[in-house]
Order: sequence, then C-alpha cells, then structure tokens
Amino acid sequence: MAAARVLLLWLACVAALAAESPGLEKRTAALAHELRCLVCQNQTLADSNAPLAVDLRNQIREQLAAGKSEQDVLDFMVARYGEFVLYRPPLRAATLALWIGPFVFLALGVWLLARRLARRRAAEPELSGAERERAAKLLE
Amino acid sequence: MKTIWLPLGFIALIGLLAAGLRLNPREVPSPLIGKPAPHFELPLLHEPDKRFTQRDMLGKVWVLNVWASWCPPCLVEHPVVTELAGSVPVIGLNYKDAREDALPWLKRNGDPYQFSVYDAAGRIAIDYGVYGVPETYVIDQKGVIRYKHIGPLTREVAQTRLRTLVKELDGGG
Amino acid sequence: MIPELGQVALCLALAVALVQAIVPLWNPASAALARTAAQGQGLLIAFAFGCLTYAFVTNDFSVQYVAMHSNSALPLHYRVSGVWGGHEGSFLLWCLMLSVWMVAVSVFSSHLPEDMAARVLGVMGVLSAGFLAFMLFTSNPFDRLFPAPPDGRDLNPLLQDPGMVLHPPMLYMGYVGLSVAFSFAVAALLSGRLDAAWARWSRPWTTVAWVFLTVGIALGSGWAYYELGWGGWWFWDPVENASFMPWLVATALIHSLAVTEKRGGFRSWTVLLAIVAFGLSLLGTFLVRSGVLTSVHAFAVDPKRGIFILMLLALFIGGALALYAWRTARIGLGGAFEPVSRESLLLGNNVLLVAAAGTVFLGTLYPLLIDAVGAGKISVGPPYFETVFVPLMAPALFLMGVGPLARWKRASLPELAVRLRWALGVSLALGFLSPLLFGNWSAMVGFGLALAIWIVSTALLTLKKSLRQTRAHYGMVVAHIGVAAFVVGVTLVKGYESEQDAKMKPGEAVELAGYAFRLEEIASVKGPNYAGAQAKFVVSRNGKPVTVMYPERRHYTVQDQVMTEAAIDPGLTRDLYVSLGDPLEGGAWLVKVQHKPFIDWIWGGCLIMALGGLLAASDRRYRFAIRERRAAEAAA
Repeated sequence: MAAARVLLLWLACVAALAAESPGLEKRTAALAHELRCLVCQNQTLADSNAPLAVDLRNQIREQLAAGKSEQDVLDFMVARYGEFVLYRPPLRAATLALWIGPFVFLALGVWLLARRLARRRAAEPELSGAERERAAKLLE
Repeated sequence: MKTIWLPLGFIALIGLLAAGLRLNPREVPSPLIGKPAPHFELPLLHEPDKRFTQRDMLGKVWVLNVWASWCPPCLVEHPVVTELAGSVPVIGLNYKDAREDALPWLKRNGDPYQFSVYDAAGRIAIDYGVYGVPETYVIDQKGVIRYKHIGPLTREVAQTRLRTLVKELDGGG
Repeated sequence: MIPELGQVALCLALAVALVQAIVPLWNPASAALARTAAQGQGLLIAFAFGCLTYAFVTNDFSVQYVAMHSNSALPLHYRVSGVWGGHEGSFLLWCLMLSVWMVAVSVFSSHLPEDMAARVLGVMGVLSAGFLAFMLFTSNPFDRLFPAPPDGRDLNPLLQDPGMVLHPPMLYMGYVGLSVAFSFAVAALLSGRLDAAWARWSRPWTTVAWVFLTVGIALGSGWAYYELGWGGWWFWDPVENASFMPWLVATALIHSLAVTEKRGGFRSWTVLLAIVAFGLSLLGTFLVRSGVLTSVHAFAVDPKRGIFILMLLALFIGGALALYAWRTARIGLGGAFEPVSRESLLLGNNVLLVAAAGTVFLGTLYPLLIDAVGAGKISVGPPYFETVFVPLMAPALFLMGVGPLARWKRASLPELAVRLRWALGVSLALGFLSPLLFGNWSAMVGFGLALAIWIVSTALLTLKKSLRQTRAHYGMVVAHIGVAAFVVGVTLVKGYESEQDAKMKPGEAVELAGYAFRLEEIASVKGPNYAGAQAKFVVSRNGKPVTVMYPERRHYTVQDQVMTEAAIDPGLTRDLYVSLGDPLEGGAWLVKVQHKPFIDWIWGGCLIMALGGLLAASDRRYRFAIRERRAAEAAA
C-alpha cells in the first residue's frame, strides 16, 4: 500500500516536471546564452560542452525550476565568478561609455555632417555684379 | 578640428594595445576576496561518515586547495603544496573525483593535507567560484577569504604571497 | 634543403621589397623598376610558399611548423590547406596574397600616370618589407627542429575541413586587398594629386578587395555554422569583429569613392576612410596573433609578436595619418551639394556605417580598456552587440532606398517622396503582413521584412526609367538586392528558429517544427585519423519521408579531441540541423535537433552582394585597354 502511494507520488512529480519542461528548457537556454563559459575560449554556456558548462547549465535549470527568477540566477553567477561571466555588461559607471557610446558616435557623426553641410553653403561666395561681369569676360 | 583628434586618438589606441600585451585576458579574479567563505558541509575523503564544515576552522588561518586525480597541473604543484603544508594547515577539496582514483593518487604522491573533503558533484566548488583546477584559497581566522590563486602554485607564489600573507594574518591576530 | 631554399627566397624577397619601398618613393620616375621589383617579389614569395607546401606534402617533420600542424595520417588535401593552419604559415599566406595584389597592380597600371604607379607600388613595397621582416624575425615558418620527431602533432581537427581551403585565402585577399586602396590614398597624398581621376583608378581595386572580404566573411560564418556543431553562425567574437570592422569601413569607402569619382567631392574623407580601412585590417591581424583578446580563432599567442605587429601598425597607420594631417589642408572641397542630394545621403550612409564600425570597435576593445585601467574584468558579448547594432543599421538600410533615386548635387524632397510613396506603402504592408504566413506574428520580423522589401523595390525602381543602365548601376542593384536577401535570412532565422535537446535511444523520435526525426541506429565509423559514432536519422513530415541524416561524433586520435559533425539538410526555405552529443548510460545519446528557417539566405545574400560588386568593378569605364585602343583607332 505504502509502495503504491510512493509510486503515485513519484509519477505525479515526474508528470509535473514533464509538464514544466518546455518553458523551463527555453528559459534555461535563454539564460545560458547570456552567460560566459569560463574554461572556454569565448563561448556561451549554451554552446559549450565543457564539464563546468554542463554543471552550470544544470544549476540554472535547478534554480529556475525551484522558482528563482532570471535575475536571481544571474546574481548567483556574478556572486561567484564576477561580472566577467555576464555577456551583457551591467550598466554602471564604468560601462556607461560602452552603452551610450554607439549613440554618441551617431550623434557626433550627424552633428559633424550637419556642420559640414552648413560650412559648404557659407563657403559658396556670392558674386557681386562687377565680379559677375569680370567672370563672364574671362570665360569667353 | 579633425586633425588634432586623429593623432591623439591613434596614440591612445596604440597605448591601450601596448598595455593590453601585458595583461592576461583569461584570468578571472575572484569576487569572493574579502567575503566570508561560503558555507558547506561535506564528507571527508578518507572517512565518508565524518563531515566537515568550514566553521570548524574558525580561529585559525588556513589554506583550501582544490585538486583532483585527473588533473595534471595538480600533480605539478603537489611538491609546492607539500612544502606549504609544513607552515600552515592545508585542507584539500577533492573536486569531481572518484574515491577509487583519489585515494590511490594521494598514496602514490603523498598526502600533504590535514584532510580532504569530497565534493563529488562539484557544487561547493561552484559556490567558491572554482572554474579550473587547481585553485588555492587563503582563509583567515574569521572565516573570510583573503586570497585566491588560480592555476598551479609555484614556489615563488607560495613563498612570496601565501606565506607572507599567512604570517601577517597570524601576527595580526 | 628545400625549406632552406624557401628561407633564402624570403630573405631575397625582403631585399627586393626594400628596394621597391625606397627607390620609387624617392624617385617617382622609376615605375618600371617598381613593377619589376613587384613581380620579382611575387615570384620569390610564391616559391617560398611552394617550398613550405612541399615540406607539408612530403611530411618533413624536421621543419618545426610542419611538425606542429601536420601528421602522416592526415589526408593530402588537408596537408596542403594545413600550410596556413597555424600562425607562421598563415602569415606566409598573407605575404603571398600581398604579392598577388602587387603583381596585379604592376600589370594593370598602364593607364595610371607613371609617377602614381611608382608611388602606389612604392607604398606597397613598404608594407611588404614590414610584413616580411616580421615573418623572418619572429615567425619563420622554415625553422628546423632537431631531432626531427617521428610524426607530427596533427592539424587541429576543427581545421580538417573543406572550409579551410577557401576561407583564409579569400579573407586574406580581402584584408590585404584593402592595402591597395591604402596605397592609392597614400600615393595621392604624397603626390598632392587627389581628384576624380584618382578615385576612378582606385575604385575597382577597392571594390574587388571588398568582394573578397565579403566572400571571406560569409565563408567563415557558413563554416562555423556547419563545423562547430551547434547551429550558430555569428558570435561577435573578437576575431570575427576584426573582419567585420574593415568590411563596414570598406563599404563606406566604396560609396564615398562613388562621390569622389562622380563629383570630385569627399576627397579628404575618402582618403581617410582608405587609411582607416586598412588600419582596421592591421588591427585585426594584431588582435588575432597577440593574445590581447580571448578568442576561439586566436593563433598561438606570443606577446613578442604582438609588439612587432603593434610597431608595424603604429608605423604604417601613424605615418599615413600624419601625412594625411599634413597634406589634407591642400586638398580642399570638391563640388558643392545641397543638404538634400545624393551626396548628402551617401554621407549619411557613411556616417551610419562608420558609427557601426565604431560600435563594434568599442564593444570589442572595451574589456581590454576596463582591464587596463584596473576597473575589473567584464565581458562584452552577443547580447550587447545585438542590442546596439540593429538600431544603427536600420536607418542605413532605409537610406539604401532613397540614395540611388536622389539626384546629384540637388534633390527635391517632395519629388523623392512622390517617387517613393508606392514602394514605402508596399514595403510596410507586405512586410508587416508577412509574419502571418509563418503563423506567429512579430513586430521585429515585420520590421526586418519591410526593410528588405523596401530595399528590393527601390532598387528595381531605379530601373523604371530605362533598363539600359551601366554595368556599375546593375552592380549596385544586384548588391543591394543581396543585402535585402541577407536581411530576410537574419530576420527569419532570429524570429522563427527552434531547437530541441533530447536523450534518444535507437527507435525513438522527436518532433520539431512539423518534422519528425527518428533515430534508427548508431554505427561506428572510422576515418584516416579519427574514430567515432554515426547516427542515422530518418526525417519525415506528415508521414512522408523527407531525408536521411547522418550526424557523427568523432574522436581525433592524435590530438585527443572530440568533435561533433552535424548533419545538415539544406533547403531554400529552411535548414534541418541535427547534432550528436555525448553518449549516456543505457545506450542513449544526447541529441540536438534544430530548425533554421531561411538561414541559407544569409550566405546567399552575401554571395549576391559579392556578385554585385564584381559587376560594378567590371564596368566599361574601368576597361582601360578598350578605351586606349578606341582612342588609338580614332586618332589613326
């Protein structure tokens, strides 16, 4: 009797896990793509087959299954390995230049372009009447 | 206007790249320095029914060395670890190993550890931010991690860094 | 004996390069000497390359480089491509490509004024001398090993692949080809002659270099896709970025050259772009070979070599920039143009492309910067690049539609709006409706498809007035359509790709995207230098058989490396991708199955772009022999 109850309980757990699996796998994969494999030459945890990468992917899966949020898992990794493990650099003072840099480049480019165009117009001299005549004569 | 930024920017770039030649992009410093050693309770390698927690070492300065029988650099650093064990208690963390391999390895090469704990799944190692064996930690009397060395210990590092640090911590009380 | 001959040839080549570098730049009347020197270098370096190839083919393990990268069990074709499988040999390939370009310039420069030809070849001589010196002093491929080992360490299994045959040579032809644009720019600065004619001479060379670079990058991406086993095709890895940055700037350069050639404008800017493009090529070489950044592509790392390359970079680019700063004041402005004109739109294209290149540069080097100033260690990876790159490129893709329709010098915004309104309407409508075809509507996919349809419809719009356009014009149309195809591929793959990891035993099946993948059996396979397991997957859709796929998991014996050879079923509208992972207990295997819609459009788009470039470069006005002959006939 007890054995049957244990069996039923076990089946229920398996069923529950199986039901969760699709969303869980997707979330695990998504997180694994954000984290760096520390023993590899620049690969994500998702792409690596190194033993540590497999272990860490399992950690991610377990924690998500236990109800932790994505941010919790990321914090977990950073607490142990430092910010190096994040492929998306966190926004803080030191990385401000990195995140706004591209848009600064764009703005700078557009500004220089606008200035260039304005300078061109200014550089085009307007000829006076006398100068116009002189030019016409020279061109004959 | 453009002409001054170009040479300046270029010189800065060359300077940055030159500085980069002296750095090691693969070395990941530990964020745990200055933080309390993560809690764990693990069975001993030699006596599976006895357990050890890092709190047992409070009041003493000690060294935690992560090793494995399948790890060639661990063998390379073994003499250095043995030497170090003469002046400070060294406790081993056997990482993702099998007892049948680890115990003979210690017999063959000598056991410098006061004892080793057995982290078969590698979970505790993850808590300690281990990413490649061997790694070595210096932990002070209050249980705070003061130093981490990544890779095999050399005599130089053991003498200049580790022993000096241990002496300092001991002296400081 | 043969390797020593190769070494002597390289030393001689260095001597000839020095002559080619010094004499024509000192005395621009010595174009004939410059041409002879260039051709001499070509012969010598080709001979040296032949010697190294001979050493590989005959398994001469007394040559250290051969011992490091080859093995007697290695099949012949990989022994040949293994010549460029490591740092020293690949650098010899680099020098060989440079000599190919030098010989090409020496042959196809009869239409150039003699002093220009002399200076261009002179600058290339300086470059060649620097590279040969680097190779001879720090990376000699002919170093001997005593005692010679009985066998070699084998070529890295990842490189034992047909992709190895084409990817590095194409890529290096592109990288090194930008040195021709660079040399033209420096020669122009030296001579003080910088005009539309200069742009007309420089343009086909630059376009062809761009074509090679495009093909080289596309091949690298395709190779990573099928070789690395997990279905990725771009990782924003530092070395990949190192090839992408010069590509972005080279694209800006070919557009800028268009303006300089047609209207004499942007001269100073074009010269600067040419210098920066080649500078980024050199930066790429530095990043790959110095160990400053971590990458799967990095060669064996040696800071000493890094210092030498850094010095070359500082000398060549620093020197060129100094020359630019000194001489640019004399260049002056070209033809004037209004704020709304083809010129200004092309300038807009340039601004966006250069900002994009700057972004990739920033992201790639930022970890180094943070580390150098002691602010810790960070990683900058795909999440960052994907976030910042798309907003920059989207406006550039939009402008691609407007630019070709705008008039030179002065365009009318209302007129453009009228001409483009149908194209805009159609693009938005079709673009944002199409995702429904895939059953899963997404704004991002709609946006990407709208941009692609916009590019194609506006490109075809330029042909509305008349189908009789120059070859250069058709080249542009084709290349832009290639970009649109690329955008379609990226958008649909990113939007709709799916994958499944499963533990499978023979007899079991998984379902993905409407396809059923049934594992029939696992057999063992044996290759010349590997042994492994091969799975047989029968794929069906709605009960009808589609294909059979054979992914493998190989163990290469010499280097003791395990590699997975994915099985791919390519198709116009989708790729099916199956890779065999680790074996598990109980006879089961880890299997990863992926569905990649329209992924082949990515590389197809790149090839179409390259085709467009070739069309443009072969335009009639560059066929000087024809013009000279016609002129001679007319005069007679």
